[in-house]
Amino acid sequence: MSADPFAAPRAAAGRAPDVFKPGAWVQMRQFSEDEAVDFVVVGTGAGGAPLIAGLAEGGFSVVGFDAGPYFRPLEDFASDEMEQDKLYWNDPRVVDGANPLTMGGKNSGKAVGGSTVHFAMVSLRFRPEWFKSRSVLGYGADWPLDWRDMWRYYTKAERALSISGPMHYPWGPKRPAYPYRAHEMNGAAVLLARGCEAMGIAWTQMPLATVSAPHGASPPCVYRGFCRFGCSTNAKQSQLVTFIPRALKAGAEIRDLAMVGRIETDAAGQATGVHYIREGRWRFQRARNVVVAGYAIETPRLLLASATARYADGLANSSGLVGKNLMTQSNQAVFGTMQEEVRWYKGPPSLSITEHWNYDDRKDFSGGYCWMAQGPLPIEWASIQTGSRGLWGQALRDEMVKYNHQVGLKMVGEMLPDERNRVTLDDEVDQYGLRVARVTYGWGDNDKAMIQDALGQMQTSLEAVGAREIFRQEDDTCHLAGTARMGFDRETSVVNADCRSWDIPNLWVCDGSVFPTTGGVNPSLTITAIAMRTADRIRALAARGEL
Amino acid sequence: MTDRYPGYDVLAKRWTQSWNEQTREVINARLATPREPRFFDAAEWATLGAVCDRIMPQPGDRPAVPLPAYVDFKMHEGLLDGYRYAALPPQGEAWRRGLAALEDEAKQRYGAPFHALLGERQDTLLRSMQSGELNGEAWGAMPSALFFAHRVIPDITHAYYAHPVAWNEIGFGGPASPRGYVRMALDRRDPWEAAEAKPGDEARARRDNDRVG
Repeated sequence: MSADPFAAPRAAAGRAPDVFKPGAWVQMRQFSEDEAVDFVVVGTGAGGAPLIAGLAEGGFSVVGFDAGPYFRPLEDFASDEMEQDKLYWNDPRVVDGANPLTMGGKNSGKAVGGSTVHFAMVSLRFRPEWFKSRSVLGYGADWPLDWRDMWRYYTKAERALSISGPMHYPWGPKRPAYPYRAHEMNGAAVLLARGCEAMGIAWTQMPLATVSAPHGASPPCVYRGFCRFGCSTNAKQSQLVTFIPRALKAGAEIRDLAMVGRIETDAAGQATGVHYIREGRWRFQRARNVVVAGYAIETPRLLLASATARYADGLANSSGLVGKNLMTQSNQAVFGTMQEEVRWYKGPPSLSITEHWNYDDRKDFSGGYCWMAQGPLPIEWASIQTGSRGLWGQALRDEMVKYNHQVGLKMVGEMLPDERNRVTLDDEVDQYGLRVARVTYGWGDNDKAMIQDALGQMQTSLEAVGAREIFRQEDDTCHLAGTARMGFDRETSVVNADCRSWDIPNLWVCDGSVFPTTGGVNPSLTITAIAMRTADRIRALAARGEL
Repeated sequence: MTDRYPGYDVLAKRWTQSWNEQTREVINARLATPREPRFFDAAEWATLGAVCDRIMPQPGDRPAVPLPAYVDFKMHEGLLDGYRYAALPPQGEAWRRGLAALEDEAKQRYGAPFHALLGERQDTLLRSMQSGELNGEAWGAMPSALFFAHRVIPDITHAYYAHPVAWNEIGFGGPASPRGYVRMALDRRDPWEAAEAKPGDEARARRDNDRVG
């Protein structure tokens, strides 16, 4: 096996790991710190990686930074829930508010490839109306993006990630067939389908970013079920095995184990580069443009931490909105026990879905939700039993032995933006000496109404398939968004439709932070589609001399 | 409790296509975790051991999963969760203060150290912690319910369900790379998965489990 990925950077000396071959390397171009590169991109996940690749393919000089290691999935990933904690952002953060968020594995990644290294691969499009949710649906805020433009980029993203999915997707405008056929459903997915059919609502097989047939050096998925703990075969189409190799091939440099702590701005107010710590030493990379792609916690943290006398409230923050409107998604669930053996640990955890309630506007609350089949491994299942039912002692062990008969449905629901939900800087510092993020969150009345509705519907579905001993997991949340929203003007948003900050023309944000609303499906495909669009927009702006 | 998966041993798959080298190393290291404390002192260790015995009681007819050792390992290594409730101190400090406070409550209420109490009394104290009713001086500003829900429960139960003994007990397939699984449907098992004992057919399950590998 290769050396410890945490001990020293692997992307160095003109080469980076070849993630497809044990011990092998690929060539990597490297840039001098003293010469300004065209773009520095901070973060290499669902937003950063496609942008790094797109800019490099457009002929720009690009350096992508990630605070985490450069994993070799074939060598570094064990089939083990606890060991794979190493994929998460486990550095200190403080949570408070009426409903403090659970961080760590649920919604963060610290690795080249970001949280796509351990995401559940669910790859869904936003409903078109969500891009105009204020003017069309009457809640939240409008996006400055047109859904037809997004539809084109969704198609590009689905091709780039070789999404496997159903022949026909039941909701929304027509979309092209998915590049790969849908995966076989496991027992948990079949029970979702049976429940929907009993309720008379549509369901479908899940569009997933794991291949159902060979693709390049990726073998088809073998259904080992550890998807959320890193794919050890490279079937999963994470950013680490898709856009990052593309970026390297196009001449981008990746710097792993490189934590950016501050964006430098000059007397004219322009960004000039980033201060970062690598191998124990603070360094400075000069750049003509800086893109922040650290996701909804680290992005505002970096912008706020880069305050100067001129930008006393942090960079790109004349609106006062950096860090505000943090959104998570409701992730409540209903679980029950089946007579049959379900063995939900086999296969990707969510192989079927219903988006019925995302496309029904007769509900008595705003926003939408979907629900999907579940397959928690033992530690997560114990967390649900202890967290939702307060079990411990013999009662916990007695419930846990029913593991192979459990079934569950979990919502992904749209929480509404609220300025009181936010990221600020705490006085505590982390191992780099940087002030940690304080994450404040409380659910609104609309959020609570949606959660109760979804719990009721999911329970009806489980009852319809004969589940017994049904209980609810009332407190879970998942993905993040907001904190640097895009919009139509500098007073009410942080960046424009091109992810360019209103205040500093050579400072950009490209990740889930830019979402004005968060929709009722998993956000990663939308983040990637926006990143691919942003790369095209930057190339177009540069061609017109408007960069 | 009757054995639902008689004879199933996930470690029998250690040298099959369900385990790769990196997984063997990780599980070997877990099984070899030092049993003696490096973070907790003797008094804390005694209290922690008693807490683990109540939170995750284990049958006497098999070697116990050394739960206090895993909690100590996590604190000693400083393995973090990625977030901390504002009302809780950093994890190591939370454990030290929480164990000392529990010990105080035991002595005040029952006049004996926590580890020397009868199980029922230990459970009574733990239930009071769970519902936030423990609020003696030693807790300081730390809410006992938050300590219970976010330190005691996850640190102990996660350690248990990360252990092969627990996987055997619940019939989990365990490590699965590179082989994965083939039979995905309801009521189907691959020959390398645990066989469940149906009433009156325990012998068949034991025979199938002897062949798991």
